[in-house]
Amino acid sequence: MYRSNVLVCGGTGCTSSHSEQIIEELKKQIAAKGLEKEVNVVRTGCFGLCALGPIMIVYPEGCFYSMVKVEDIPEIVEEHLLKGRIVTRLLYQETVAEDTIKSLNHTPFYEKQRRVALRNCGVINPEAIDEYIAMDGYAALGKVVTEMTPDEVIKVVLDSGLRGRGGAGFPTGRKWAMAAANKADQKYVCCNADEGDPGAFMDRSVLEGDPHAVLEAMAIAGYAIGANQGYIYVRAEYPIAVKRLQIALDQAHEYGLLGKNIFNSGFDFDIGLRLGAGAFVCGEETALMTSIEGKRGEPHPRPPYPAVKGLFGKPTILNNVETYANIAQIILKGADWFRSMGTEKSAGTKVFALGGKIKHTGLVEVPMGTTLREIVEEIGGGIPNGKKFKAAQTGGPSGGCIPASHLDIKIDYDNLLEIGSMMGSGGLIVMDETTCMVDIAKFFLEFTVDESCGKCTPCRIGTKRLLEILDKITKGEGTMEDIDRLEELCYYIKDNALCGLGQTAPNPVLSTLRFFRDEYEAHVKEHRCPAGVCKSLLRYVIVADKCRGCTACSRVCPVGAISGTVKNPHTIDTSKCIKCGACMEKCKFDAIIKE
Amino acid sequence: MKSLAELQAIRDRARSQVNIREEKSNAVRVLVGMATCGIAAGARPVLNAFVDEVAKRELKNVTITQTGCIGICQYEPVVEVIMPNQEKVTYVKMTPEKAVRVVNDHIVNGNVVTEFTIGANS
Repeated sequence: MYRSNVLVCGGTGCTSSHSEQIIEELKKQIAAKGLEKEVNVVRTGCFGLCALGPIMIVYPEGCFYSMVKVEDIPEIVEEHLLKGRIVTRLLYQETVAEDTIKSLNHTPFYEKQRRVALRNCGVINPEAIDEYIAMDGYAALGKVVTEMTPDEVIKVVLDSGLRGRGGAGFPTGRKWAMAAANKADQKYVCCNADEGDPGAFMDRSVLEGDPHAVLEAMAIAGYAIGANQGYIYVRAEYPIAVKRLQIALDQAHEYGLLGKNIFNSGFDFDIGLRLGAGAFVCGEETALMTSIEGKRGEPHPRPPYPAVKGLFGKPTILNNVETYANIAQIILKGADWFRSMGTEKSAGTKVFALGGKIKHTGLVEVPMGTTLREIVEEIGGGIPNGKKFKAAQTGGPSGGCIPASHLDIKIDYDNLLEIGSMMGSGGLIVMDETTCMVDIAKFFLEFTVDESCGKCTPCRIGTKRLLEILDKITKGEGTMEDIDRLEELCYYIKDNALCGLGQTAPNPVLSTLRFFRDEYEAHVKEHRCPAGVCKSLLRYVIVADKCRGCTACSRVCPVGAISGTVKNPHTIDTSKCIKCGACMEKCKFDAIIKE
Repeated sequence: MKSLAELQAIRDRARSQVNIREEKSNAVRVLVGMATCGIAAGARPVLNAFVDEVAKRELKNVTITQTGCIGICQYEPVVEVIMPNQEKVTYVKMTPEKAVRVVNDHIVNGNVVTEFTIGANS
C-alpha cells in the first residue's frame, strides 16, 4: 500500500519540457532513499495548466509543483517525500495560502471549470486500465449491454442534449438514431481524432489522458446502432496518443471489454486504429472515411449522409473524441444531470484550448454559457504585459474573431454562429492590441490554401485568390474595390464549395471584415498597419531627442542600416532596413519607434 | 469480462490506490512527525503501519501525511490525530503496534487511547 502518490503530467506539452526525464529521476531518487514501496510515481495525462509545465502533484497533501526541473527532483524527494517538508519555492503561487496549501480546485484557473470530458485527465494513469475502472470506468458499458435496449441508450443520449463537439454541433442522439434506423448487414462506429485546427489540442489530451473513455463510448455507440466494428482515425503526429490508444486497446481486449460476447451479453465489438498522415481535410467526415478505406482522403457530396451510406458504403456514425468522452458519464449519471449543465440549447460542458496572448495557456473545460470574459480574464489569467484585449479567435480556420465589444457573450453553439464565428473544435486564440486582424485573416487563409485538397474549384482557386487579395492589402497596394471583391468572393466560396473545409474557409476574412473593417481600410487608404505588424507598411525611425548615441542599435543591425557616431543621434537608412526589429529590442532608451 | 460483479471486484481493488488522489472534506488527518529526529526514532515504520491499517480497514476518509519536527524530539515518534471538529490529540513514543491500536480505538471507534498521549507520558 502506497502512502503517497506522485502524479507527473505525461501529456505532450509537459513531455516536451522533459517530464519523462523527471519521472526517471524521481524513480531513481526514490529508490536511492528506499521509498519505492511507499511512494507511487504515476504518469498521468494533461492537467490543463500547460503554461506552468512540467507539472507534478503530490498526494495526499495535494501539493501542486509547477515548472519542475530535473535538478529539483533530489530536493523534492529528500525534503518532501522523505521528511514531509513541502518545497514551497516550487509550489504554484496561487495555491500558497498563509499557513496551508490551498486546494487546486480553489485556484482561479480551476474554480470555474467543470470537468466532465477531462475528468480523468491528470488524475489516473492512462496506461493502467485498473485505474480507469476504479473511476467507474466500463460500468456504463456493463450497464448498457446487460440492462438497456439499444433504443433506451439512444433515448438517453438524445435527452441529454449532447451535441457534436467537433464543431458543427449536430445532436449526437439524432445521429445515432438515424444510423440505428437503417437496416444493414454491417454498420460502423468511427471516431474522428484527426484534430487539425491550429491551436486546438483537446482531443489529443483526452486520448493521452483517458483513452479508455473513448473506447468505452464507442462500444456503447456500437451497441446502440447495431455495429460490431469501430475505427479510430487519429493523426500520426500524435505519437503519445497513438501509443496509449494501442495500450488501452490491448488491455481492453485482455479484460474482455472489447472482443466477443462482452459481459456475456452476446454483444461483440472491436476497434481498429487507423493513422492519418495529417491532411486537414481528413477531419471532414466523408474525406475521413474515404481515407480509412485506403483511398486518397478527398470529400464527396452529401447526401447520402454517413448514417445511410458511410464507411465501405455501410451505415456509419462518426463522432469526435470529446463527444465520446461525455457518453459514459451521461449513461451513468443520466440525461438530466447532463442537461443541468450549460445552456438550454447547448447542454453540458466544452473544452477550450487557450492559446495566444494569455497568461495561463492550457486546456480548460467550462459549462456552456460561460462568458468569454470569464474564460479570458478569470480562468486564463488575462493578457500578459499589461496589454489590452483585442479579439479572441474561435473555431480555427473555420471560425472567426470575437471583438472586445462581445466579451460578455455567453459561449455556446448558437451564440457564436450568430456573431459569425463558430465553436469549431474549441481552439481559443487570444489576441492583444499588437495583432493585425488583416494579418490574422491572411494567416488562416495561408493554412486553408495549403490544406485545400483541390477537388472542387471554389476552394482550390477561390481561397488562393482570397489570399492574393489579402496579400496585396497587407502590402499597402490594395484598393477599396479589392475589399468589396474580397467580400463577394467569400460569399461565393461559402455557397459553392464541396465540403466543410471550403465552405468555412472564408469565415476568418468575413468576421474580421465585419468587426475590424477600419483596419482593412487603414491598410488601403492610409497605407498604414494600425497594429504595426505588416512589414511593408511600417518603417523604423530613431527619435533624435531620445537617442543617446550608445551605438547598441548599429551594432545589432544585421544589414548595417544604422549609422551615426558615439554620443550623437543615429539614423536608419530605410532603403537598407529589413524591418527585423532587432534595434528596437536592443534600445534601452525607447528611442526607436515603428510608424 | 463476463459479469458486472467481476468488474466491480476490479474496481474495488483499484479504488484503494486512487482514493488518495481525491480531495476529501472533513477527513480525519493523521500527521506523523518525520523530521530527522522522528525518522531516527523510528517514525517510518509507524507511518507505514498507519497506511496499511487504514487500507486494510478500507477507511476512505482518512489522510495520512508527514509533517516536520514540532519541537518535542525526546518524545518522537510523534503522531497527531485530528478528527473533524475536535481538538487534536498528540500521541508520543509511537510504535507500529501502537499505531494499529490508534486506528482501531481512536479513528474507528472514537475513543482516544489516553495511555499513549503526551499527557500520560510527560
